[in-house]
Amino acid sequence: MEQGLNGSSPIVVVRDVHKSFGDVHALAGVSLEIDAGTVLGLLGPNGAGKTTLVRVLTTLLDPDEGSATVAGFDVRRERTRVRPLIGLAGQSAAIDDTLTGRENLEMVANLYHMGRATAASRAAELLARFDLTEAADRAARTYSGGMRRRLDLAASLVADPEVLFLDEPTTGLDPQARLELWTVIRELVATGTTVLLTTQYLEEADQLADEIVVIDHGRIIAQGTAADLKARSGGEHLSVRVSDLTALDQVREVLEAEGDGPPTVEEATGTVSVAVSNGPARLAGVVRRLDEAEVAIADIGLRQPTLDEVFLSLTGHRAESDPAEAPTGAV
Amino acid sequence: MVVSMDALRVEARHAPGDILQLWKRNMLAYRRQPDLLVFSTIQPVMFVLLFAYVFGGAIQTGPVDYIDFLLPGILAQSVLFGSTQTGVGLAVDVTSGMIDRYRTLPMARSAVVAGRILADTTRNVFVVGLMLGVGFLIGFRYHGTVAGAIAMPFVAVLFGQTFCWISAAIGTSVRRAETAQVASFVWLFPLVFVSSVFVPVETMPDWLKVVAENSPVTHTVNAMRGLALGTDFWEPLVKALAWMAGIMAVFVPLAVWRYRSIQ
Repeated sequence: MEQGLNGSSPIVVVRDVHKSFGDVHALAGVSLEIDAGTVLGLLGPNGAGKTTLVRVLTTLLDPDEGSATVAGFDVRRERTRVRPLIGLAGQSAAIDDTLTGRENLEMVANLYHMGRATAASRAAELLARFDLTEAADRAARTYSGGMRRRLDLAASLVADPEVLFLDEPTTGLDPQARLELWTVIRELVATGTTVLLTTQYLEEADQLADEIVVIDHGRIIAQGTAADLKARSGGEHLSVRVSDLTALDQVREVLEAEGDGPPTVEEATGTVSVAVSNGPARLAGVVRRLDEAEVAIADIGLRQPTLDEVFLSLTGHRAESDPAEAPTGAV
Repeated sequence: MVVSMDALRVEARHAPGDILQLWKRNMLAYRRQPDLLVFSTIQPVMFVLLFAYVFGGAIQTGPVDYIDFLLPGILAQSVLFGSTQTGVGLAVDVTSGMIDRYRTLPMARSAVVAGRILADTTRNVFVVGLMLGVGFLIGFRYHGTVAGAIAMPFVAVLFGQTFCWISAAIGTSVRRAETAQVASFVWLFPLVFVSSVFVPVETMPDWLKVVAENSPVTHTVNAMRGLALGTDFWEPLVKALAWMAGIMAVFVPLAVWRYRSIQ
């Protein structure tokens, strides 16, 4: 096995994987490695090939060309060796609505051939860990969206997988449920599980991943830490909104002085934005200057560049599937 | 798809236990979904009562009471309609992502379809028993041997099990549960009605009679009637079993292949 950059060996190795569905090249030569115990964020819009890659790595789909191994086992030729080592939580929670949370987990444990007593205790343990003990004996159809995702995640962890695949784990969740799930995923990572996480949100990859791979039209277009990517797309953005539109020019001047590039002015909403590095310090500077100029601020905040902005700077085109706006981190 | 020796070993070692797990899961689901239970029990009972009392007087079945003629037929009809639930259930699992979970587990591949069909067959045993009970209440009587009386419902259950495999092939080929339902009834309705299920085939026009006389449904129902009424049953029984063997020979591999190629 090859040595990764930081000295630990990669547990997932993908080599030039191609996969087409008719004329659509879902994967057009993807290669990547994930070091054991790290989190790789696979970032891209809908239809970029994220789910296809997850399906190849979880033995659900055979690649047309190329190879992939998980823990040294080929996902195509040795899939019966791969399966006991992986867990998958998909976009739609793969749970049985008519069964209770406990029954869902016990069934999965039984299908890992754990033995009845182990299955029961493992299910109880996971229910407690994911805060589902109270709802354990209710049919899963009564669960909220966040609870369903937690149960799905619990099911993917039944056999303590070496590598966990999370395919857009928070898509469709409300902000509160998304934050809860992030906490859960962080705890998992802290226990040393290797994770491949796909997402449409730069902020999500930033929050959870050690390294981010940006994928578009089945090709990897960028790779690096969240900081690298943000730097390449102009870093954080600082936005100021004013109610008094006559003040827009003053605001623009201040942001031009404090920001890293030309500010953009949106007259309709009375908002001026600019890319900044070292956002919090700049934020303080902007507030001070506007205060001195006696400009009344309606709203001010720092936000991450959206996937769209990252895409624009990396590829020169927008993320075509019109992904949902990244969650903002207003101050 | 590559089938390795490893995969076959997993299959041989875990299939019985995994099929049992999936059977258990589907049985629990039945118990908790009242609409499914209604579909699979009330409807067949209603058919027995409607046909016995509404059409019974109008349909001539010679020296045989219509209820004695009807019950074997309506048992076959019920297990056939019931078999559509195999495909519907599998299609639901495909759309919900449940199948993806199963396929990433180190479990026997055959268990998802086989466990489903085992559960549907269990339900058929229950439905057939219930209908026999209702039949007895409204006048159905056995006229043959004890062995024939035991064999008759058994043939019905076997027949239903056979058609579950057709339904499984449909359910793993379509994208939506509703499609699976429609795709099944489109051919099941003519198949059931163009047969000896409700009426003697002699009353049909010649061209239709040819179809009805050679239908697997007619052979099966005639065999069941022979067993229940104590008349000749060997010839239709052999033909019915040959049909079932033929259907299984085509649709078991087809269903397994369709299940394997779900993407």
